[in-house]
Amino acid sequence: MKIIYSDVLVIGGGLAGLRVAIGVRRRGFDPLVLSLVPPKRSHSVAAQGGMQASLGNVIKGDGDNEDVHFEDTVRGSDWGADQQVVRMFVNTAPKAVRELAAWGVPWSRVRRGDREVIINGQKVTLTERDEAHGLIAQRDFGGTKKWRTCYASDGTGHSMLFAMGDRAIAEGVPVLERTEALSLIHDGRRCHGAIVRDLITGELAACVARATVVATGGAGRLYRVTTNAVINEGIGHALALETGVAALGNMEAVQFHPTGIFPAGILVTEGCRGDGGLLRDAEGHRFMPDYEPEKKELASRDVVSRRMEEHIKKGHGHKSRFGEHLWLDITLLGRAHIERNLREVKDICRYFLGLDPADKWIPVRPAQHYTMGGVRTNYTGQNPSLAGLFAAGESACWDMHGFNRLGGNSVAETVVAGMIVGEFVADYCEGAELEVSTTLVRDFVRREQSYLDGLCKGGKEDASALRIAMQEIMTAKVGIFRDGADLASAVEELRELHVRSRDIIVASRAPGANPELVTAYRTQKMLRLALTVACGALARTESRGAHFRADYPQRNDQQWLNRTLATWPDPGADLPTLSYEPLDIMTMELPPGWRGYGARNQIEHPDTEKRTQEVAELRERLATKGRFAIQEALMPYEQLLPEAIRGRNERIGEKLP
Amino acid sequence: MTGTTAARRLRIHVLRYNPAEPEKAARIQTYELDEAEGMTLFIVLSELREKHDPSLQFDFVCRAGVCGSCGMVVNGRPGLACRTLTAELPADITLAPLPTFELIGDLSVNTGKWMREMTERLEAWVHAKQQEVDLRRHEEHMDPDLADEVYELDRCIECGCCVAACGTAHMRQDFVGAVGLNKVARFSIDPRDERTDADMYELVGNDDGVFGCMSLLACNDLCPKELPLQSQIAFLRRRMARQA
Repeated sequence: MKIIYSDVLVIGGGLAGLRVAIGVRRRGFDPLVLSLVPPKRSHSVAAQGGMQASLGNVIKGDGDNEDVHFEDTVRGSDWGADQQVVRMFVNTAPKAVRELAAWGVPWSRVRRGDREVIINGQKVTLTERDEAHGLIAQRDFGGTKKWRTCYASDGTGHSMLFAMGDRAIAEGVPVLERTEALSLIHDGRRCHGAIVRDLITGELAACVARATVVATGGAGRLYRVTTNAVINEGIGHALALETGVAALGNMEAVQFHPTGIFPAGILVTEGCRGDGGLLRDAEGHRFMPDYEPEKKELASRDVVSRRMEEHIKKGHGHKSRFGEHLWLDITLLGRAHIERNLREVKDICRYFLGLDPADKWIPVRPAQHYTMGGVRTNYTGQNPSLAGLFAAGESACWDMHGFNRLGGNSVAETVVAGMIVGEFVADYCEGAELEVSTTLVRDFVRREQSYLDGLCKGGKEDASALRIAMQEIMTAKVGIFRDGADLASAVEELRELHVRSRDIIVASRAPGANPELVTAYRTQKMLRLALTVACGALARTESRGAHFRADYPQRNDQQWLNRTLATWPDPGADLPTLSYEPLDIMTMELPPGWRGYGARNQIEHPDTEKRTQEVAELRERLATKGRFAIQEALMPYEQLLPEAIRGRNERIGEKLP
Repeated sequence: MTGTTAARRLRIHVLRYNPAEPEKAARIQTYELDEAEGMTLFIVLSELREKHDPSLQFDFVCRAGVCGSCGMVVNGRPGLACRTLTAELPADITLAPLPTFELIGDLSVNTGKWMREMTERLEAWVHAKQQEVDLRRHEEHMDPDLADEVYELDRCIECGCCVAACGTAHMRQDFVGAVGLNKVARFSIDPRDERTDADMYELVGNDDGVFGCMSLLACNDLCPKELPLQSQIAFLRRRMARQA
């Protein structure tokens, strides 16, 4: 039995995982990163448009700060987020951008003087300030009051991941590339690492650690049409679920991005609309102002995606042989702008659609994009049920996005969570020795080996066929518009597929990685995860953020201001177990209200009015004390942050002493 | 392809070999399938694995041309399979793994290991003047044009096509390739990196570095990101020659 020891096992080599590993390394612990692929090929690389942080360097970001970023994020989440976590996040995001600047990210910079931009379809001249010249620039994104999204052209995720990956190499962080975790080693109370499989040789090993961090990204591949990379299968989520102890939070909260290219589903960035691009229908009409007069194309993603589908249903989609779609028009931005700031978009259009977006409109339709749900953790990133199990980034639910994430907040979350959770993991390691019985480890290795052997022995089901059936059910019935009947039939069909997945046959006996075996064991995990999404969606009889029920179109704070928790305690069970964790309005800094876009028809919770009044009184009473005093009185959070990253952020209008 | 033309029947010839089964000789296996509109080699290979041959090995991650996983030799030319449209190829398509890199199986090669070793050897990261920065304060200023220039060279996705296409890399196992030389060029113009030309000379001032390049420049012709490799290698060679 091969056992590999480290202090911290990080599962996932994207931005979040690498930043956690660097953090614990700097605190004197030995990390070990597992990655399905070379880390720089992780899906973080695909983030195009940028990272939100309230630096406020550009003139349209003037007046931005943590308070504005906080409110935008909470409204975006449709009040599903943990507001203390959001506060920790918005205060750390500027530090994360600045850290990456020091590590080499070539952030696009502000140039002093006049420049022409497109706002609401019109040419506008902006004058950038002298003192901002050479500082990091921001662009506009959906659901934000200020221009806040920092970017490196439209290859932001690429530049961030390469800087982070190179930093990890510089600090000697070891990575087991092409290695996959099959299960978490645990005794029901504490997590001790993972059983892993080498995707070159096929060999199993046990990675034993004091702390284990799941940083495996999203689960987009549960759906047939997704912007996600092919490795985003939600395996990290499933590992936690299969412990039977750890819960997943809000798995029904799934984001659909408005502009996947049609029909391939490859993403074109929100930066297209942020920079002034418009959505048009089959007749060439710009339809978003008809639905969303305030934010138009730049309402939050859940709202824009729903409006697009609604418009198609009304018969305004352009008909093609693959089905109907709408158009994204960026021709008005001009060739020079596209070739400097939207060059990945230009490449994607050229290679996948054979068109030049400076001359022609881009065919788009919403596609699955982001998994708001994840391994439930507290603000430190640690799972409350299984000590030593942490999660960070898209695979975590700590929970800063609630039921809808804002564009630009995902890559921001990865590095911010990496910074914060990395410190807490190190704190945990200071108090937790490596204590694991080799019998337990051997049992887990045996269990996995006999499971894999079993897959190769018999059965009759084709894993690929089951997977395609699952993806089609998810896209058709657990998508943008949901209703009780569709969801009930989705649960039933997925349940049946899950049962059948116990009888998968793997024909290939080829030594080595054996891709057929990989498909087989992942498919069963994915089916469990798909069931947690569908069951959560069926149970939640309201509409909140990206979770939209046509049969329950109102947000219902009275009954549903809570977080779904899904566990799978009995491995033989057909369905997950759901429970709920309430959100307390009386401790919220921003009590529930209208988001500023989308429907205005929520069913109020009785506490909302009380808390709203309390907050208003407090704001009035402390009006002269400044924003920091008001914030602290409303909802103290700074004591929750690791000491190393506390403190205010400098801006042009807010100098530090 | 127009709607009226009958779909072509594609013949996909894949060079297959599994190093874990050395007793089975390398062979060309041919698969046939109908072409569809907008079909890429990603769609072709995924369909082959889903429906015809689940044992076929290849690597895709982003399938959008940004992660660099799927470099392979397509009808004799290294390129990114995910964004190669079958419509641009003849009906007979021959696929082989990238040479130079360690073969994992069939079309899958270990570019990750090669790239990490190259990065370690060239210390391809910012060597900052001061290690600790106060994250609460303004970032260092940078000229906007210079930031764009750094970004231009930062766009390399480490796909390995330049190495697979390189005459020197075939002869000299330790040659750092256009990917490595481009990194040195990238960090040389980055004001945050304190290394001088003399430091860079220590890293690439030899035949495994910039003086190994024979200026065949297939790298420049094939780079999927269209990086200006020809001019960067030329500038670097001149600067390094001056150091010598």
